This record gives sequence, C-alpha cells and structure tokens, in this order.
Amino acid sequence: MTDQLRGDVVLRVNGEDRVVNLDNRSTLLDALREHLRLTGTKKGCDHGQCGACTVLVDGERANSCLLLAVAAEGREVTTVEGLADGDELHPLQRAFIAHDGFQCGYCTPGQLCSAVGMLAEVADGVPSWVTADLTTTPDLDDDEIRERMSGNLCRCGAYAGILAAIREVADG
Amino acid sequence: MTAGSGLSRLEGRDKVTGAARYAYEYPVEDVLYVCPVGATVASGTVTEVDGTAALADPEVVAVVDHTNAPRLLPAVTADELVFQSPSVAYRGQPVAAVVATTLEAAQEGAAQVLVRYVEHPHRVALDPDDPDLEQPETTNAGFPGTSVKGDVDAALADADVVVDHVYTTPPQHNNPMETVAIIARWDGDRLLLHDSNQGPWAAATGFGMLWGIPPEQVSVVTEHVGGGFGSKVWPTAGAVVASVAARVTGRPCKLMLTRQQMFTMAPARTATRSHLRLGARRDGTMTAIDHDTLQYSSVIHEFVEQTGSATRTMYASDNLRIRHRLARLNLPTPRVMRAPGKTPGMFAVESAMDELAYALGLDPLELRLRNEPSTDPASGLPFDGRHLVDCLQVGADKFGWTARDPTPAARRRGRWLFGTGLASAMYPVYQQGGKATARAEPDGTFHVSVAAVDIGTGARTALWQEAASVLGVRSVVIHIGRSAYGRSSLAGGSAGTASWGGAVRKACAELRRLLAEHGGAVPRDGLEVTADTAADQLPPDKARHSYGAHFCAVRVDADTGQVRVDRLLGVFAHGHALNARTAHSQLLGGMVMGVSMALHEQTVIDPRLGLFVNHDLAQYHIATHADIRGLEAHSLERADDDVTLVGGKGIGELGIVGSAAAVANAVFHATGVRVRDLPITLERVRAA
Repeated sequence: MTDQLRGDVVLRVNGEDRVVNLDNRSTLLDALREHLRLTGTKKGCDHGQCGACTVLVDGERANSCLLLAVAAEGREVTTVEGLADGDELHPLQRAFIAHDGFQCGYCTPGQLCSAVGMLAEVADGVPSWVTADLTTTPDLDDDEIRERMSGNLCRCGAYAGILAAIREVADG
Repeated sequence: MTAGSGLSRLEGRDKVTGAARYAYEYPVEDVLYVCPVGATVASGTVTEVDGTAALADPEVVAVVDHTNAPRLLPAVTADELVFQSPSVAYRGQPVAAVVATTLEAAQEGAAQVLVRYVEHPHRVALDPDDPDLEQPETTNAGFPGTSVKGDVDAALADADVVVDHVYTTPPQHNNPMETVAIIARWDGDRLLLHDSNQGPWAAATGFGMLWGIPPEQVSVVTEHVGGGFGSKVWPTAGAVVASVAARVTGRPCKLMLTRQQMFTMAPARTATRSHLRLGARRDGTMTAIDHDTLQYSSVIHEFVEQTGSATRTMYASDNLRIRHRLARLNLPTPRVMRAPGKTPGMFAVESAMDELAYALGLDPLELRLRNEPSTDPASGLPFDGRHLVDCLQVGADKFGWTARDPTPAARRRGRWLFGTGLASAMYPVYQQGGKATARAEPDGTFHVSVAAVDIGTGARTALWQEAASVLGVRSVVIHIGRSAYGRSSLAGGSAGTASWGGAVRKACAELRRLLAEHGGAVPRDGLEVTADTAADQLPPDKARHSYGAHFCAVRVDADTGQVRVDRLLGVFAHGHALNARTAHSQLLGGMVMGVSMALHEQTVIDPRLGLFVNHDLAQYHIATHADIRGLEAHSLERADDDVTLVGGKGIGELGIVGSAAAVANAVFHATGVRVRDLPITLERVRAA
C-alpha cells in the first residue's frame, strides 16, 4: 500500500485525542481494536448485522464496523471502556452483572453501548416500530425495550437478563 | 459462598468493562494477518493458484496454498487438513490464504487471488431415495447405527392407531457471536496459541495430532470465549490455517474468520429427515416405535448425527427400531451443535407424540404418562433417576395446562389465533476424567488450576465455588483456560463443569487432607496436589439422563401466518447445580435457541452451486430480543443429586431439546396446521 493511501487520523475516544496512522480503508472498529488496543468493542459480523461493535458517536449508537475511521475524525467516540466513571461502574454495567445479562460476554459491550444510546433516544422522544402514539414521549414498556434492543444479537440467549437490567436502570 | 448459592460471575466486571480478553485481542509484536480464500466450486480440482496480483502489494507477505504448505497428519476430521491436496470437496473449503502486515491488505489480497479449477459434478441434496446412502455401524457419541427390539412391522400392522409422518430439520449453523479466532506462533517445534475453543486440552491434542507433536508441545491459552455451541469443540479448518501461515512465514499470525467464512470453515449441524411411525392400542399404550433417520456428512469424512438416539430411551414400547442412514454430500463435514442428535430427533419424536395424542383423542400429557417406561426401553438398564413425569406434572401445574381445550383452531381474537403445546426434553449424562491441581501458599491463599474453559456457561465461577466449598476458605484463586494445566474435559456434552468440578473437588479434598497432616501449617514451599479422575468414571450399569418438559403458548396471525411465542415455560430435572444463577441462564439460553430453531434458523443450499446461500446474520436469522418474551425456567430440587462427581447432571444442552416441538405443537393447536419441516415459516403456516 502506497503512502498516499495511509494517513494520520485524530480520533477522540473516551474523551482523549488519539493520533493513529491508518490505512484509509480501516473501519472505526478495526482502528479501535487493532490500533488503539481498545478491544472491548467486538467484531461479530463486520457487516452491521449483529450489533457487537456498537459504540456511541456523538452520543448516538452506531455500528463501528460500518464507519470508516477517517469519517469519525472530529467526532466524540465512546466505547465500553469509557462507560464507567473511574472504578465506579455505569448503572447499566452494574445491572447487567446483577441480572446475569450475559453469558459469553462477547455481545455485552455492544449491548451496553446500545442500551445507553437507546435510553437517550427515548428521553429525546424518538419513536420505535412498536410505539403506539407518535406524538408523545414513548412509554418504555418491555416491548419497547425488546424492539429497540433487537439490533444487538445475543447467541447465548441472555435476553431476559438484559431486559431486566435495562428495566431496572430505566425505572431508576 | 456455598456452591449453588447463585454467586454472580467472577469475570462479570471484566466482561462489562471490555477488559475481558478474547483470543484475537492479545497484543503480539510483529504479527501478521491471515485471510483464507474459500473454493468457488462445490467439487473439483485446483489447477492453479495465482497470487501474483496479491503479492504485488508490498504489505502482502505470502500466499499459502497446497503447493507450499507444510504436510499435516490426519486428526479429528479431514476438513482440518487444509492445503494438503488440490482436491475440492465443497464450496468454501480453504484453498489458499493471504498473509499480510495489515488486516486490510490481507482481505484485499484474498479478493485478488485467482484460483482456477477443473470442476466436477457435485451432490448437495439430502434425498431418501439416494441409491448410495450408507448405513453406518455407529453414530457420533458411540450409539449403534441400527437397533431393533421386538417386531416393529408386525406391531404396526396390529396397532389400533398408527401415525406415520416425515419430519425434517434444515442445516443449522452454530454462529457463536465470536467467530473462530486465533493467534498462532511457532517457537521451534512448540506451537503457541491464543485460541477460541471449547477446551484448551482438546485444542492442544487436536493441533498436536495435525502437526505430529505431543499435546504438551502445544501451549493453548483460552481465557475468554465468545460462545461455541459445539462449533469450537475441535480445531476448525479456519483455525488450522493460522498455524500453517505461522509455519510458512515464521512469524506470529492472527486470524479471525469472517461471519461468511464461518459457514464453511467451521462446522454446522446436518440437515435431518426423520420418518417416524408410532403404533398404539386404543387405550393409548404404545406398541411400536419406528424411527428411520437420514443425515448427511461430507465426502471426505464420516460424521453421523445421532438423530435417533433419544428415541431409544423416551417411551415404553415392546417393539422399537431405530435406524441411521447417511448421505455423503459436497458440503463441509457437519459436526456437533447444541444437543447433537437430541435436538433434531426430539423435534420429530415430540411432534409425532402430539399427532398420536390427537389420533387417540388423548391429552398429550396423558399419552406420555401412559407410556412411561420402568427401565430404559432400548437397553433394559435401570434408570439413575428418571423425572420426566415430575417435570411434566409440575410444568402442567405452573402453566395451567389442565384447563386446555384440545380443539385446534378454536381460539381467535381479532387477527390472532391462540394455541398451546407441550414437549418432553432429555439429555444424557456425560463425565470425563481429567486432572486438576490445588496448591496452598504460606500466605494463606490457595490456587486451583484446571484446563477448563468458560464459554459462557459460568464454569469459572462454579469451579471457584466448588474449590472454596471443599477447602472451606474464600482465599482461592481459580486458574482455567490453559492447556498447561493438563489433560481435561471439553466444554461439550454438557459435561464440562461436572468433569472439571470432579477433578477440582478431588484435588482440593486431597490438599485438605495433606494440610491436616501438616497440622494446618503450610511449609515455605507450599503444598501442592494434582488429582486425576480418570479412574473415577461412571460405570455403564444405568441409564442416566437429565429430563425436562416445555410448555408453550403461541399466537399466529391468521392473515400472514406470523408466529409469536408468547410464553415458553420449562421445568427441568438436572439435580444439584453448582451455581443456580448461571445454571438458570444456561437453561433459558437453550430455550431461546429452541425458539430460534423453531421459527427462524435454516441454512439454505443452492443445489446448482452447492452454496450455503444465506451465509451471514442478515439472512441466517437467529432469535432477536423482540422474539423472546414470557420465558420461564424452573429446576426441580432434590432430584439426582448424586450422579456425577459433583452431584448433578448436565445442564447446558437440556433447554434446547424438545423446545421446537413445543412451539410446533402450539402452532397446530392454534391453527390446525401441522408444520413438520423446520423452521415454521409464514408460508408453511399458510400452506394449509
């Protein structure tokens, strides 16, 4: 690969600017995993079909396998490593442990980032496929959570625990 | 601290913070990336692998194929013998690999490799009239291919009622969320692996066989695994490619199969066809059970799914015949997927039992109670705890089964038709011998090591509990995930935790005795005991199984045929669980996979191309969060607490067995449409 197909990219990840020299074809997912050693974000399909690579980009959930790293420049990326406040786990992280919302743990970082983004979407009044009334803030019942979290596959089948964990945090 | 108290997972914090490290995630200096190239014909011979275009990229280090790969020795299946000949046995079989300094260059290079073939005719259709069907002597897990008791044909001719139907299940892919992932390095004749597998000792053994070195010369580290479900029990073709690339280049090589490659470079479950004939007297006594099964294997290796094996033990009948036939197709060698044999076979048996209940005008629960055997129907052995009736009765009570009106297609509200169904579950008890080491340090800490692996089962936590319970202290560090800890069981056959736990218990008990001999004082060099349970295994004097019962409520859209599972309740008898919390999650996970199998999962084969058409997660559908509601798993207490070395029986596979039949039986009750071919798609529900 010739030099003009590589370049320095500044990625702002978990509040920190990181300069990394990348092949222009690198996805954000591969930049995180292979270059920044932030391996919490997982590769499950590399095609936006499973949600394991979900991160927050400017606060919104995104499949990092479908984003070129160069396109993430200037944006605020939050990965699972950035959810906790120092040693203090994010309430969703605590709830996932308490409700056994995972088994193998491979989809878990994506589930967590997705849940954080999802709760923000609900707070912003974003409707889903199962929202009955589009004119008011959605009522986050179990069907809403299931629908909104269906982009994150879990082959171990930990959905019941994931639901209980999100339910607990959403209900405060 | 007591075993079974439901302690949360020891690695929980690591898994929710992203700190848990999976095989592909270890930083290795000077590492190369490997991307395999799969065959684009279903049968043929490679005449040329042209890597010129790929090698023009200075980031590409090597193109490996059958002309420059080192020789491998036969191991577990022929699929692992990658790059050993120009023969192509199935589409997607690895024919080359590109090794590069970046992932992007390896992937681009793989797309540029030009492979030429002479193409041969191929066969990929599972056809009961195939003249070349084989009748294997034995199946996977050592069951007889054919077993006959009494005179089935005469009994069927004399029966008052006969049901005679064919049930099919499609090829299914395990699809763990983490694909096959490995980092391979050679240090002289030692092979060092970070590998995603279902048993580091099995990986060391499998790779050792391939490379002609003892397992002790293969160092496998497997700290965390992103699911397996059978696909990572033995080295896969994909994983072997990485070890070959490392040998050829002399550098560390990392490989992670793409989701698409997982469909051919890692194993799957065979398609199955079950021809079931059940005969009964008018009073519901079954007089004949005939289960004729068909499955496929590849043309390069014999693997026989034990589809009829559950039928040997489920229901009483004086006349019982179970047959396995095998087609050899141009497809990857299928191997185990969660509850091999039991899962597809019990879909057939439990569907047919529902049909027989309707034919007799009997409640399907009552039919099962009337045919409860006193000894194992095929072998005549006594049961070591048989609690199927308990599971059925407790489940019926919890579910509210007794109020059910059996009339099909009689409950409609708006567009929705409602129905309920039940099915039984069973899974055999397996236990393997192996080693564990317990060590006491002068500072009061204990270290317990066993070559176990936690693929999500909760094994790490359960083993810590077992060690802490036997030693009577909390200051225990559990070490798993390394082949260096010695010969050990797989996470397979639902035997992992019982097998490892037995060795851990033995080592800890012996260490405790040794400590007592030292008056409780630990010498400066510590005290260490290695125990081996090879001689402590279950004698073949009894029929040992876990049992369960599924009760399912569905709604079916009368217009579209869409099936929604509203409720799936399982009651299970597996005896003592080392950790009730993670055991519960295992049972739920099996049931989710059962719903997934019932409604979604099928790998579609294009007969012209010999291609798994839907080879990704957008097209191979698995249950999503929105598919799962109303899930309940209950475990019977105080049953079979003294079977394996740690007490209870296996849990990991039990939850999937029978669950798809419970869904199909509920769909019949809702709609009057009997779907005998999985998955239960809209068009199959609407076909009637």
